[in-house]
Amino acid sequence: MGFDWNVIVNNRGLLFQGLMVSFQLTLVAIVGGMALGTVLAMCRLSRFRVLAVAAGFYVNFLRSLPLILVIFWFYILTPQIVGHPIDAYSSVLIAFTLFEAAYYCEIIRAGIASVKAGQVNAGLALGFGRWHVMRYVVLPQAFRNMLPVLLTQAIIMFQDTSIVYVVGVRDFLTTADVVANSNNRPVELYSVVAVTFLVICFTASRLVGRLQRKYAL
Amino acid sequence: MIEVTNVSKWYQQFQVLDDCSLTIRKGEVIVICGPSGSGKSTLIKCMNGLEPFQKGEIKVDGVSVGAKGTNLPRLRSRIGMVFQNFELFPHMTVRRNIALPQVKILGRTRDEADARAVKLLERMGLPAQADKFPAQLSGGQQQRVAIARALAMDPVAMLFDEPTSALDPEMINEVLDVMVALAQDGMTMAVVTHEMGFARRVADRVVFMDQGMIVEDATKEAFFGTPRSERAQLFLSKILQH
Repeated sequence: MGFDWNVIVNNRGLLFQGLMVSFQLTLVAIVGGMALGTVLAMCRLSRFRVLAVAAGFYVNFLRSLPLILVIFWFYILTPQIVGHPIDAYSSVLIAFTLFEAAYYCEIIRAGIASVKAGQVNAGLALGFGRWHVMRYVVLPQAFRNMLPVLLTQAIIMFQDTSIVYVVGVRDFLTTADVVANSNNRPVELYSVVAVTFLVICFTASRLVGRLQRKYAL
Repeated sequence: MIEVTNVSKWYQQFQVLDDCSLTIRKGEVIVICGPSGSGKSTLIKCMNGLEPFQKGEIKVDGVSVGAKGTNLPRLRSRIGMVFQNFELFPHMTVRRNIALPQVKILGRTRDEADARAVKLLERMGLPAQADKFPAQLSGGQQQRVAIARALAMDPVAMLFDEPTSALDPEMINEVLDVMVALAQDGMTMAVVTHEMGFARRVADRVVFMDQGMIVEDATKEAFFGTPRSERAQLFLSKILQH
């Protein structure tokens, strides 16, 4: 039995669409996860104990669950909570954002902690309020310090998006699987998926290295 | 201008400031010295509320630093502070370091703030450095930028926390020269330093601290002539013997 790569060419539109879904998921989870993660990080570092404890609980809770469980959970539980069925895509968007936020929170918290106390004092001494010190002095430096880790996390997340297979969202892997089954060509399809992931992730991690050198303080 | 009255401060059980009182009048230059761990840095950080204190009162230009209703950011914007490690913001150019606080805190326009920055950099002898980042400057240059950043806020007084301690010897003078000029222009200054040459040139009074207490508060003539306390004599003999 030989290889038949025509199956890839014939289904390129579908596969491309699947890849775009994977990218979209990654992007939404990065943006949403980072935004929520920043808020969580500031809560954890807050002087108000209630906020710090609540955020800490959220982060530790989600970080101790496997991603696949969180995805199942939202897929099955959310319709019961909101009272009507929701599509699989929305449920994984929510699940990814909430899940990634916990990880981003810890990265951002470490980034904020990496900014020296003297910088905060300098900002305060000039007359900035606490929020302005955060906005103009601490966060810009924190994000530069954690850029490599943030981007590495994004790459890991891109790989993790393939887990949406379990609830049938048509991402890259699921689409490839569907095409593979209907054409009985699993080897070709899975090879293409593997090579695509390899190329994208390898290129991205090279870019991370470059950015790191460019923005290092 | 700055009145410190019976201020005490503790870190848990450990007392870092013990009943300190000190008055700095408008236009006066006070040098605060003493062995490390004597509380001198802590004392000037109390003056702009960077360090809280548990007892006593500090008033700056009539405003109580420790009082509950005090708008601390507003008060701090009127007191310049220069740190041992410069603490320029590393992600901003020199110009932006000096301009941003003026824009965000004083509400100046960007053009006004930039113009002020350029003028102050000239005064600091750094006319060509505006577009560089702090890491591209020498320590002495960074500290002069930090002084410019503080001056740009038009402070009523300036606090210096060991401004030359982190500098290589050959850069100390370029910073001290700027500070001397500032003192001669009539700026009210509290300077924590071991640079006794600076104290001799421009200080009105020298304050000697040990173990959280103000042991001596004397005119510089009296201090360098015959310090009254044994501890100040010992301290002076140690740092002046070379």
